[in-house]
Amino acid sequence: MNLILLTPLDLAIAATLVVALALISLRLSLGIEGKLLIAALRTVIQLSLLGLVLKFLFVQSHPLLISALAMFMLFVAGYEVMARQQRRFSGIWGFGVGTLSMFISSFSVTILALTVIIQAEPWYSVQYLIPLLGMMLGNTMSGIAIALDNLTQNAWQRRQEIEARLILGHSWDQAIRDIRRNALRSGLIPIINAMAAAGIVSLPGMMTGQILAGTPPMEASKYQILIMLLIAAGTGFGATAAVWIGAKRLFDDRERLRLDRLGKKRA
Amino acid sequence: MGSLTLKQFHAPLLEPIDLHLRAGECQTLSGPSGSGKTRLLRALADLDPAQGEVSLNNQERSTFSAPQWRSKVGLLLAESGWWLERVGDHFKQPQAELFERLELPSDAINWEVSRLSSGERQRLSLIRLLSNQPQVLLLDEATANLDQANTAKVEALIADWREQHQVAVLWVTHDPQQRKRVSDHSWLIESGRLRKAP
Repeated sequence: MNLILLTPLDLAIAATLVVALALISLRLSLGIEGKLLIAALRTVIQLSLLGLVLKFLFVQSHPLLISALAMFMLFVAGYEVMARQQRRFSGIWGFGVGTLSMFISSFSVTILALTVIIQAEPWYSVQYLIPLLGMMLGNTMSGIAIALDNLTQNAWQRRQEIEARLILGHSWDQAIRDIRRNALRSGLIPIINAMAAAGIVSLPGMMTGQILAGTPPMEASKYQILIMLLIAAGTGFGATAAVWIGAKRLFDDRERLRLDRLGKKRA
Repeated sequence: MGSLTLKQFHAPLLEPIDLHLRAGECQTLSGPSGSGKTRLLRALADLDPAQGEVSLNNQERSTFSAPQWRSKVGLLLAESGWWLERVGDHFKQPQAELFERLELPSDAINWEVSRLSSGERQRLSLIRLLSNQPQVLLLDEATANLDQANTAKVEALIADWREQHQVAVLWVTHDPQQRKRVSDHSWLIESGRLRKAP
């Protein structure tokens, strides 16, 4: 299990490929070379910083520092969920619904995996916790963002139907049920597709990484299976929580549909 | 049977209103577009928040759950909402008699909502509301999409219905003739105030 170390020169060679692509873009006036280079630069900087932070945490594995990093990751993911909403809840709810749901699902599933399944020593050891949490957050984030967006968009568009049901004496729960169910389905479909295609169409990134690092393929497969299952569960629980809290927030204590709690539509 | 009482009821755009509708009584409400008529009805049905008191048979609204209140104080909006494909799936118990009164065939319950004309929608949503046995009716332009013959049928049906079931009716209408035909008392909205119509 010898890991071949990459030198700065190795990375520079890969970088010249991207620069070449940028030149082609310039030549064909695709107008995308600026974005491409900035994104590539961000990748280099962000991942280098992450490497530095993790290196530091491997040495200084103080629980407080680890939880600070975990919270930082959660807030960035929460912000990302909010940014992807066309009609977000106004006020603290815009950020809160997604962040709280991710906290509930990603954190509990990760902690369960670390304590019961992987049984790392200690359970919060950086080597396991941070990569696992990162994968969980990254994936639940998309599921929750899609589900919430679907919920608020449909509540807005189908206002007449919802109110017709309220008028006839349906409870808020009945009135939003179909919309809520569809929202949840839309949030879960990507991870279901990903599980169905795993290993046939796509070679998952984490498994690739472990194999490159010298892990025996079967061990890498097992880790990947574990991760996929955890992600599916985490996304499902997270999207359920988000859609439930979101749907509840669309109604007030007298079960009125309160679309005024949503902000203006964004592009 | 139902009476409706408003005490300093404060709907959007309007000054606080005191109003009493006896059981079996019909009052109409007119006023320029955007003067707050629909919003008053929505607030009375508890679809929109509002200040002040409103009670059904002298029982304050807050003593009812919201769904209870809305099924007793039935609101008919100008644009009806339908959430399933088939008309009949929106009814608890479709009453054949009501379909007859509005000259809709009894198999109208099997119609597809997406193929309804605006007049059919309006009549069917009235039938749907009445089938729900409300004790008070709040009607917003209940005949706006109907021709004269159908308007007459709807007016007759509502008149009989309030007689038989002693429901109070608050009817928003633009039509001065209709106002005279259907109501005991008419109100006009003028700069946010309710004024007795001449």
